[in-house]
Amino acid sequence: MSRISAVAGATVHIEMEGLRLYERVLVGRGRLSGEIVRLEKGGAVAQVYEDTRGLGIGEPVERLGRPLTAELGPGLLGGMFDGLQRPLERIAQQSGPFIQSGMALMPALDQSAKWEFVPLKKIGDEIAQGEALGYVEEEGFRHYLTAPAGVSGRISSIASGVLRLEAPGNVAAVLESGAEIALSHHWPVREPRPFRRKLPLAEPLVTGLRSIDFLYPMARGGVAIVPGGFGTGKTVLEQSIAKQAAVDIVIYVGCGERGNEMAELLHEFQSLTDPWSGRPLRRRTVLVVNTSNMPVAAREASLYMAAAMAEYYRDMGYHVLLLADSLSRWAEALREISTSLEELPGEEGYPTYLASRLAGFIERAGMVETLGGGRGSVSMVLSVSPPGGDFTEPVTQSCLRAAGVLLMLDTSLAQRRHFPALNWMQSYSLYERDLDRALEGFGSLRARARSILNEERSLREITEVVGFEGLQDADRLLMRTAGRLRDEFLRQDAYGDDAFSKPEQTLEMAERIFRSHDDEAEALHGAKEQR
Amino acid sequence: MSHALEHCYRSCSRIAGPLIFLEDVRRVSVGEEVEIRASDGRVLRGEVLEIDRGTVLVQVYGETAGLDLKGTEVALRGALKRVPLSVAMLGRIFNGSCEPIDKAPMFTPEAWEPVSGAPMNPSMRAKPEEFIETGISAIDGLNTLVKGQKLPIFSCSGLPSKELAAAILSQAGLASPERPFAVVFGAVGLTFQEYAFYMDALERTRAGFVAFINRAGEPAIERLLVPRLSLATAEYLAYAHGMDVLVLMTDVTNYCEALREISSAREELPGRRGYPGYLYSDLASLYERAGRIKGAEGSVTMLPVLTMPEDDITHPVPDLTGYITEGQIVLDRSLHHRGVFPPIDVLPSLSRLMHGGIGLGRTRNDHKDLSKGLYRAYARGRDLRKLETIVGREGMPEPDQKALDFAEAFEREFVHQADGRRTIAESLDLGWQLLGRFGLGAS
Repeated sequence: MSRISAVAGATVHIEMEGLRLYERVLVGRGRLSGEIVRLEKGGAVAQVYEDTRGLGIGEPVERLGRPLTAELGPGLLGGMFDGLQRPLERIAQQSGPFIQSGMALMPALDQSAKWEFVPLKKIGDEIAQGEALGYVEEEGFRHYLTAPAGVSGRISSIASGVLRLEAPGNVAAVLESGAEIALSHHWPVREPRPFRRKLPLAEPLVTGLRSIDFLYPMARGGVAIVPGGFGTGKTVLEQSIAKQAAVDIVIYVGCGERGNEMAELLHEFQSLTDPWSGRPLRRRTVLVVNTSNMPVAAREASLYMAAAMAEYYRDMGYHVLLLADSLSRWAEALREISTSLEELPGEEGYPTYLASRLAGFIERAGMVETLGGGRGSVSMVLSVSPPGGDFTEPVTQSCLRAAGVLLMLDTSLAQRRHFPALNWMQSYSLYERDLDRALEGFGSLRARARSILNEERSLREITEVVGFEGLQDADRLLMRTAGRLRDEFLRQDAYGDDAFSKPEQTLEMAERIFRSHDDEAEALHGAKEQR
Repeated sequence: MSHALEHCYRSCSRIAGPLIFLEDVRRVSVGEEVEIRASDGRVLRGEVLEIDRGTVLVQVYGETAGLDLKGTEVALRGALKRVPLSVAMLGRIFNGSCEPIDKAPMFTPEAWEPVSGAPMNPSMRAKPEEFIETGISAIDGLNTLVKGQKLPIFSCSGLPSKELAAAILSQAGLASPERPFAVVFGAVGLTFQEYAFYMDALERTRAGFVAFINRAGEPAIERLLVPRLSLATAEYLAYAHGMDVLVLMTDVTNYCEALREISSAREELPGRRGYPGYLYSDLASLYERAGRIKGAEGSVTMLPVLTMPEDDITHPVPDLTGYITEGQIVLDRSLHHRGVFPPIDVLPSLSRLMHGGIGLGRTRNDHKDLSKGLYRAYARGRDLRKLETIVGREGMPEPDQKALDFAEAFEREFVHQADGRRTIAESLDLGWQLLGRFGLGAS
């Protein structure tokens, strides 16, 4: 007899034998979705993804026999899902503007939609694992269907024309071994998808933001973290990157953040176009949304859901950018779950496995040689919300050890409405050197800009004693140039015409500022000679 | 409501603060409504928090002093706790248990809803972009409030936050005055003086209001209910009756302290400063209820007021609030000492939804440029004040002296509002006039 024996918040004890760890279950008469997080003698503990109010002892439990999976196939793009991949728009059509419990088993993708399959292979051809069998067009995006890991052999039949996700119209090919390749499949989200090998990071990921592209360049396959106190513009920065980055696919995770911001983002994605391809932004984006008032356990799952989706497109040979806002809310969800399981707490109450879980997630980024021999990447830009703006806290520190770019946001810059409020003294990019071969001309100018900004800082301390008038002419010129760098170059209005700056424009702008600096410096020098 | 499913128990094994442990319970569900009948005849209400096999943990809304283990009868009502709602609540005042305290009889409910509500589907949220005129230049001009936004006031003890809140209440008008407008006032842990002040202010508002009052002397546990009652009422008025609702909630710091008190009674692991680790999620379950729904009339806009303990903006209450809300209005002690009212420090203040709510067709085309110009000039003046204390005004070049004068004038004339309400046009014109006077133009 399988039934509920105890309920405390999202933690539900059940009496049931033979369950597996991380298996999905449906608990109670309302069939709330949950995941087994601990096995005990004679029972198990489930973490329920939905509001448990109304759940009573003695109510039945159903097992699904599989862990939390993502449904991967055509129709994901342009969609908005929660952390369990429930399709929020279709849920709204069914249950209205507020989310009701017990809708966990609704398929993520529209099962009846028709997709025009174009085969790239024919009967009798050999196909290897990871190799493309064919593709469907998703409004200008070529969605490749590849042979799953471990599936290879000679093709005995292959479809051409209309396919659907629901059986039986979903089989794209049958191999001689009898293995079928379907239009969509389920993948356990906590398990990284396989690839041949990781490749070094040498391609820049252009964001259109001068401060990043120029000062702290991001690499395709790299990881950037964006810590900042509230009001420093983390979300706006993440959204600007989501809109402008030179990638094929964007997966945006609103993890424990504001619902109104998601509404705004959705609105913008519908009206704006990708500056690189000219296609509507929404057609290259998948939104995974678990706002702060949605259940905490699903928030914990949302990052893995997004990672599985990102890797899926990577395996087709695309460049994918995964943005998460915010990792701190994910860590807090982990903490809430850990506390309810009565685990021993580590630093600041976070479980001791926080750092290893974070590192495990971040390791899913990278430039890889896919199973099929192509190249694809998953890059990550992850925001962190340190309590009280204190960067010594465990989430920021754990991320710092795993990430390659630190974009540190500064409260005092934000208060002056200098956006993006990137602290140019403390941010860094470890990819800089590897990328400079691809970004010609950036290296030397960057070094120069940094030294000017650095010198300005020490000069400022001097001005506080002697005043601006007490400075030498050359120093005053340097301060003016530093001012121009800050106000004209690094500052960029996210909502104006200046929001997107191509690398050529960025370079040209930096050169212009330095040229006028050099001209003035020469004039000063000449004047001194004359005297 | 029918009580057919009611089950009574006399098996209390432990009473600790607002919590009762009940043994040998056979049929119960989490969130179920509970009635507690004390041996002295008092009746209290409560809710099932946790179940562990036959043992049930009940949270009691009310004073548990005087309860005993043997004589207390606990009735499980067989249904989730719900609140009665009606448009007839307008003009009424209730306590933290939703009982009228204005001497008029209880209203007839039109609907019963769960007090915590359900999360709004993010795909159904409408983008907040309708300007709300508060009549206060530092807000309207520089940190614009829009319909569906949650914009807290960060105050410090001794600063006139209630005067500011009252000014907004009496002045707030929406860009579309044809829509019915209502105020829901949720007061948590209010002293008598504050209570009297706010009741006076509410009576002077142009809009209808509903008030839920928990006074400082009333049980802490009811402080957890007041915001939820207020929001359930606000959602009902907004989405069932198409009203634009402004929820004024004060003081969130009292709410958080009550939450901490209950959490420690439940022997939960304390987080920062003793607050429970789920404070963020708990506050989010309140604040996130602000918003607008696509294709529906009505909106819920929230104006929570909180006190920063020791004026510390990094304290968990303002810190977590700032991470959830769409900006903040920060009050400053030194401005207050210099006689500026409202003492809003615009530098740490922010409205995240401002850019969607201003400009042509909403406020005015020049709004963005003006706000940029004012921020730039004022931030420069504030920076130079530090320098001034070191080198003295005489040692500074003329443009710097001008920037200092501007900052002073900005605080005295733009932020300070001795003359009461200003329309958005008046605020914008005043801003331009100030910039012009110091030759500072836009950008």
